[in-house]
Amino acid sequence: MFNRDRWNEIIQALTANKLRTFLTAFGVFWGILILVLLLALTNGLRTGVTMEFANQATNTMFMWGQSTSMPYKGLNKGRRVQFKIADVGVLKEKMPQLKYVSPRLQLGGYNGSNNVTRQEKTGAFQVYGDYPEFINQRYMDILKGRWLNYSDIQKEMKNAVIGTDVVKQLYDIGEEPIGTYIQIQGVNFKVVGVFENPNTQGNNEEEANTIFIPFSSFARAFNSGDNVGWMAITAYDEYSITDIKPAVFAIMREQRTVHPDDQRAIGNFDLAERLAKLTGLFSVLSLVGYVVGALVLLSGGIGISNIMLIVVKERTNEIGVRRALGATPWTIKKQILQESLVLTIISGLAGIAVAAGVIWLMNYLLDQSGPVENFANPTVNIVVIGIALVILIIAGLLAGFIPASRATQMKPVDALRTE
Amino acid sequence: MIEISNLHKSYKTGSNYLHVLKGIDFSVKEGELVAIMGSSGSGKSTLLNILGMLDEADEGSYVLDGVPIKNLNEKIAAKYRNKFLGFIFQSFNLISYKNAMDNVALPLYYQKVGRRERDERAMHYLEKVGLADWADHLPNQLSGGQKQRVAIARALASDPKVLLADEPTGALDTKTSYEVMDLIQGINEEGRTILVVTHEPDIAQMTKRIVNLKDGRIIDDTLVDQVKALSHV
Ligand SMILES: Nc1ncnc2c1ncn2[C@@H]1O[C@H](COP(=O)(O)OP(=O)(O)O)[C@@H](O)[C@H]1O
Ligand SMILES: [Mg+2]
Repeated sequence: MFNRDRWNEIIQALTANKLRTFLTAFGVFWGILILVLLLALTNGLRTGVTMEFANQATNTMFMWGQSTSMPYKGLNKGRRVQFKIADVGVLKEKMPQLKYVSPRLQLGGYNGSNNVTRQEKTGAFQVYGDYPEFINQRYMDILKGRWLNYSDIQKEMKNAVIGTDVVKQLYDIGEEPIGTYIQIQGVNFKVVGVFENPNTQGNNEEEANTIFIPFSSFARAFNSGDNVGWMAITAYDEYSITDIKPAVFAIMREQRTVHPDDQRAIGNFDLAERLAKLTGLFSVLSLVGYVVGALVLLSGGIGISNIMLIVVKERTNEIGVRRALGATPWTIKKQILQESLVLTIISGLAGIAVAAGVIWLMNYLLDQSGPVENFANPTVNIVVIGIALVILIIAGLLAGFIPASRATQMKPVDALRTE
Repeated sequence: MIEISNLHKSYKTGSNYLHVLKGIDFSVKEGELVAIMGSSGSGKSTLLNILGMLDEADEGSYVLDGVPIKNLNEKIAAKYRNKFLGFIFQSFNLISYKNAMDNVALPLYYQKVGRRERDERAMHYLEKVGLADWADHLPNQLSGGQKQRVAIARALASDPKVLLADEPTGALDTKTSYEVMDLIQGINEEGRTILVVTHEPDIAQMTKRIVNLKDGRIIDDTLVDQVKALSHV
């Protein structure tokens, strides 16, 4: 279809008015650039946000006691609801849909005062009392040693699994933490494992600043009795936690002597619901990317079509001359279509190339600056680029179609008469 | 070579028709050099365009080199134009972004002649019109006379049966006009049939036969004593 002569013809024609060719090409360039960039940004956001969810079981909610808002069975309103360890067994028994019910306790806090010491070194860390199941709800990579087990719980072992940042602060470089002791609020715990959070983004410092100890040892060491701070509850995949959580709350109200209609007594954070919202949001964002890009591309295509119309009009005389010299209408049409196609595809490819450059630069900067919250690895897959190219070819042909048919509408004699 | 009879052509202007050609009977033999004369608006260009298959007559017959020209579709018309005819225009009609050689080669391009041969033949015709050294010049780097000579080379490139020239000297000064006419006479001497539309008597005198048009009819058709253009240069 494209031999060298035809290329020369097309290039001669397109370079005859370089500025206009450039300006025309710009519309399509922009369209495809915006399309590709928007999709890449959406992908980046999606990857970033879903990475946040990637290190936890997503069919999960967190549930805690708040203050009652209704009096019930002689109890005043405004009473603090305190979950107890016995509630866990009741929940598991009454709700077989629940895969994990992990009671949790927390000590100190992120950015709090120093609560952990080892020899001369001290630091402020988050200390959690947990059950072994918790690692199935919040995934961790155990770098050294092991994670908590039921033996730790039953024997109330003073064992601890510590984050990489804890190691950094409390140990010298090269020092082996496993088997050593740390003091948590004056109580000695033996380090049995070191963990790291897989693919965390942004706030991984917070994560790595954490120490996990057995729930039972926590209760004993820090005198929390049979209290439960809050619960991390994961349902089996067949059940949606969002759907079954009202039943969970009902059981807890009964357990804690809370009015059945008291909605405020129990607080929760529903990870599954949050993820569903975000997923929906990203579908919308992708759609917006496609629509906006397609519209800009369309206007670019219309731009090409318009310019080609002007070109055809300006070249009416030339077309007349060519026909006098023996060009068939189809030859002329083909040339106009090819010019339009070449113009569209070249400017589209330039747009894709520049977009790829911008994306590469973004990734480079992200690599340099370290992870950014909720944004990672903006990419456009090859399928999207393939689709963009197909759209370009169609746009180029459509853009050339009207001008091409206009070009040979006139009789040669009238075309020649036009100046 | 050319046989036409009872040729009619009218243009529609608004609601009425302008009857431009009112029955032309006319024939040209091979090797003739004919001037078509007449005042402005007498229908000279209309006649030439019909002969050139750029336009169609309303009525009448036209036979070119034994081939009846009637109801051609554009594809065949294009092929016939390419094969049978060479055009020379008053305003040269060179393609502005193509150099002299590419302009001359264009009819061969439409014949699908390969690039090498095309360039060779284009060069040959540029030599013939004395512009070999200007082969890679763009039209706007050439004088009017040079442009018309490139156009003549282009008209010759496909080795057509008939050259049709509409006021070929209309945009040129007298001296250059005579040079162009000298070239045309030379080409005619080689046996090629040429029709020249002109309203200038001195140009017409340089042909071998003058056909006079008036009000869409031929009022006069006479052989002339050809004046050699060279004698004026
Ligand atoms: N396409 C057209 N539409 C309407 N009138 C036309 C058209 N072409 C030519 N004419 C008219 O036909 C007449 C003859 O034109 P033309 O053949 O160009 O004359 P000449 O070449 O002898 O000057 C003129 O009056 C001109 O205005
Ligand atoms: Mg005229």
